[in-house]
This record gives sequence, structure tokens and C-alpha cells, in this order.
Amino acid sequence: MNGITEIAVDVRDAVKRYGDFTALQQISLAIHDNEFFTLLGPSGCGKTTLLRMIAGFEDLTEGGIYLFDDEIKTLPPHKRPVNTVFQNYALFPHMTVLENVGFGLEMKGSSRADAAQRAGEMLELVQLSQFAKRKPAQLSGGQQQRVALARALAPSPKVLLLDEPLSALDLKLRKTMQIELKHIQRETGITFIFVTHDQEEALTMSDRIAVMSAGELQQLGAPRDIYEQPRNMFVADFIGDTNLLEVSVDKIANGRAQCHIGGGHKLSIDAVDDVAVGAKVHLSVRPERMILSDQPSDGASLRGMVTENIFIGTDITTMMDLDGGPKITIRTSNTERGNKRLIEPGNSAFVTMEAGAARLLVD
Amino acid sequence: MSAKIDVKTYTGFRFITLLCLFILYAPLLVVTVYSFNASESITTWDGVSLRWYTDVFVGPESGKFQQAAINSFSIAIIAATTATAIATAAATAIVRGGTYHLRAPSLGLISLPIMVPEIVLAVATLIFFNSIGFTRGYMTILVAHTAFCIPFAYLPIQARMQGIEDTYEHAAMDLYATKAQAFRRILFPLMMPGIISGFLLAFIVSLDDFIITNFVKGAGVETLPTAIFGSVKQGLKPNIMAISTMLLGLSIVMVTISYFISKWDNTK
Repeated sequence: MNGITEIAVDVRDAVKRYGDFTALQQISLAIHDNEFFTLLGPSGCGKTTLLRMIAGFEDLTEGGIYLFDDEIKTLPPHKRPVNTVFQNYALFPHMTVLENVGFGLEMKGSSRADAAQRAGEMLELVQLSQFAKRKPAQLSGGQQQRVALARALAPSPKVLLLDEPLSALDLKLRKTMQIELKHIQRETGITFIFVTHDQEEALTMSDRIAVMSAGELQQLGAPRDIYEQPRNMFVADFIGDTNLLEVSVDKIANGRAQCHIGGGHKLSIDAVDDVAVGAKVHLSVRPERMILSDQPSDGASLRGMVTENIFIGTDITTMMDLDGGPKITIRTSNTERGNKRLIEPGNSAFVTMEAGAARLLVD
Repeated sequence: MSAKIDVKTYTGFRFITLLCLFILYAPLLVVTVYSFNASESITTWDGVSLRWYTDVFVGPESGKFQQAAINSFSIAIIAATTATAIATAAATAIVRGGTYHLRAPSLGLISLPIMVPEIVLAVATLIFFNSIGFTRGYMTILVAHTAFCIPFAYLPIQARMQGIEDTYEHAAMDLYATKAQAFRRILFPLMMPGIISGFLLAFIVSLDDFIITNFVKGAGVETLPTAIFGSVKQGLKPNIMAISTMLLGLSIVMVTISYFISKWDNTK
């Protein structure tokens, strides 16, 4: 790294309207070269529309798209040096695997022989050389997925677009492919723009994630930032599990907000910029960042009653009713230390939030 | 399926099935068997012979039948080819042309001729040719056949095309293919089974047509169906059975080809 990050794809104030419906409202994003970038959001959030805009299958209503500083919004798909791995792979069913992978090179002007040779190399990269002569229908879903990847990478695109490419695979294969995709991205050094609605997938693979909802960019950042410092209720709720509690702000001093939640529990939390005294805001705290105990700790601990312990393998989820009403969920790791902390349902318990674990959310 | 609702257990199922098969195929069987009759009579059996097949090719009426066969086949091939090309273009426009507000009417217009009684089409076509002063002859038959073959060629092509997702063309364009290249390399090969089925159907329909042909043909120009009809009017002779049997054989061959084409999947 020389300190200067080149911008691979620059989306500037992109707006997309279909009649009265606004699919994208003024999105601006700068995607860096060599980056594994993920567009994450629920279905209908506009992530696929944005991807199709970069590929050239959707026009922009307003705004612009730049690829390494070149304006591309008026170029047809076949003139954009970006390739797509489609959700259902869209492998050409009448061509062999080798012909599929060589297609892009052939269309770019390579001779049939050159295209076939490079396609063979790409198939080696995805470990499918022995299937070169088969038709796509004769391959398993996972193999088809690799062929689609090889086909999109073969013409050496400047940016690779991936439209939920793993959603049709079973869980185990999906996990393997996540790691493999990440490796291929590092090896080739090509910028990947990955679209998914699976937050775990996004956290696993991405250098940076753009969380989208209702056509708007909610938050942009590294996986850890997004997980630990969600900017709003949507992000906190969408990424991972969290406890969202309504809180009232009583006082702000020295960057700390003194708050209380239902039942009169008092808490001191890091203040955020736009929080004001008297405001009703939300508190987000991850279940695994709270510690159960049968004794009150030195700091602020909340008292309540354990209602249920649920064993989920790696962890145990404890449901707890705090005194005065609010319900929370605590996750304790299934280790010797963690198991010692568990409290049987029906008993009262204390819960302490780790320093910095609680976060105030204004909207 | 449970045995109780299996139609084979219904009372009279076997009888009705056999009756239907008999009514459908007995006449064809009789014609086929009697085409090998040595007798002059069409009703009395006088031993096996290829006499009437020879008669078709070298007998007194052979010249007439030969010319009719040439007309029929050349018209069927040209009309089916032209109709298939037009139908392919139409299917591409209607299925891949996005949503335009005249889409439903265009689909209706192209398939309407199948629903209209053929006699109406025949009269309308004749009036049309007369009013523009088109002299009746070989060309009028060819033009009329091309026109009424279009919907028959269109339907299998459209059915095939609707099964082809447009992501294939998107993928091709994403991989640097122009629209024309995407059509030629991706869409057209995938449509091929539908196009061949459409051609065969149009070919058979053209070869078999009598009503429209009889209206628009000029004096002295005959196709096989009109020639056979002309002969029958002068008395039923066994040579008609021989011609009919040959046409029947051809139809069976074409239908068989069409069946295997529809089963053929160029994606396996």
C-alpha cells in the first residue's frame, strides 16, 4: 500500500425512480480498488438495482457512475469492463463449460484457441478442469457457481460484480465458498462488489460493507465498525442480534449520558453527537457483551429474573425479565467459565454491560 | 394416484377406448391395405400387388400427380421457410420486446387465423387477390400458404422462447457481446428446437391444405390435395388409395421427427 487508495467505482448522487416509486434515493459511494465491498440489505432495499446500474442493465434517473474516473453511465453493458456473477449463474445451457468460460474473451476479440486456453487456466483456478467438456446441466450447484465465477473472471474485468451468488447453495458449501471467494479476490486483486441479504456472509467476507434499506445508504464501514458501532436502529437490528431498549436521557456530562430505562434502572452510556437531554432514544447492546452474575457488580448492574436458558451449541442464550418490565437476552459462551455463570430459570440475577458495549441510537 | 380414481377402473373404459381407436384408425387401415389390392375394384380383394403404386408413377394420371407433387412440395418448403422466418422475428419481438401496450393485440392478431373458419379465410384471400388484380396461379397459392402458415410456425417458437430466461442474454452482453451477437450465439441456438418444430408443423399444414388452395389456385395449377380431389370426382380408383397411403407414411415420418425434435434438448 502506498497510502493512496484509488477509487474503482464512484457512485455520485445516484437516483433511480420507477414511476412514483423511488428505488434509490441519492446514493453516493466510493468503492476502492482491490477491495471486497459488500452491499448489504433486505430484499427491496435497492442493492441489486445499484449493482445492475454498475453493470449497465439499469439507467440512472439522476447522478453519475465513474469507473476509475471514466464516466460509464451512458455505456451499454458490453462496453463496460466489469463482469457479473449472476444469482442463478445464467450459464449458457447449450455450451460446454469451457465454451462458457471462454465466451467473454471470444467476444472481446480473442481467437477461439486463445480463449479456450485462457478458459482452461481459469477452470484450473476453480478446480474444475476435468469438467471442461460437460454441459452446465451436468454439474452440481456448487460446480455451476464456480464455472460462473471463472467465466466472469476470465476476461480480467476491472471490477467483478456478484449478485447473491451463494444464495442457492446449502449452508456448508456456502461457508466453503465464502472463504474461497475471499481468497480468489486477494489472489486476483480485482475489486469485488458483492450483493447479499445475509449479514453473517457480509461480515465474513467484506473489507467494507454498505448497509442499505429502503433505497438509502444506512451506514458504510468495516464489518467490526458496523457491528459494534451501528449508526441507527435499522443497522443495529439488521446486523446480528441485539437488545434494543427504550431509554430517557437525564443528563449529559463529560461525553457521558446519564439515562434510565423502564423500571427505573439507571445507566451511564457514551453520548453520541445528536442526543439531547430529555430525548427518548434507544439503547443497543449485543447479547454477548453482557455478563450474568448472582451478585451485583461495582458498576451499574441491572437486576431481574431469569426466565429461560436456551442451549444453541456454541452459546447459551438466557432470557431475562428486568425488574420493572424490559426483557433482555444475554448470550454466554459454552465454555467452562461461561457455564459457571449460568443461573437457573426462576432465580433472580444481575447483568452488567461491558464497558463501551452499550450504544445510544437516536433513530 | 390411488387405484380408486384410476380411469381404467371406470365401467366401460375399455370399450369406449377400443371404439374410439377403431373409428379413428379403421378407415386408414382399410385404405392402406386396399392400396396393395391387385383388383380394379376398390371393394373386392384380389391378392397382393404393387400395381397401383406403379400406376401412380407411370400410369395415365402419373403426369398430373407428378406435377401436383412438385407444386405441393415446393410450395410447402418455401411457404414453411418464409413463415418460420417471419414467426421467429415476431416471437422475438413479442416475447423480448418488453411490455408495450399493443402486446396483447399483436399476440391475438398473429394467432387469430387458427381460430377463424378456414372457409372464411379462403373467401377473404380470394377476394383480396381479385381486388388487387393478382392473377391466380402458383404464386397466389404460395402467398396464401405463407400467410396462413405463420401462426402454426409461431406457436411452438413462442412456447420455446418463453422458457428461455432473459438473464442468458444479459450474461452474454455482460461478457462483451453486442445485442446481435447475443441473439446469434445465445438466443437463436436456444430457440432452435422451437424453430424446427414450427417449420415442420407449417410444412405439414401447407402440404395438407385443400380449402384455401382450391379457392386461390389458378386453372391448371394443382397441388396433391386438389389433384386427388379432382380424380375422386371422376370415380374412386385404387391409385388414389396408393397416393393417400404414401402421404400418410410421409405424415407419420414428419410427426415422428417433430416428436423427437421436441424431446431434443440442446442443453444436455
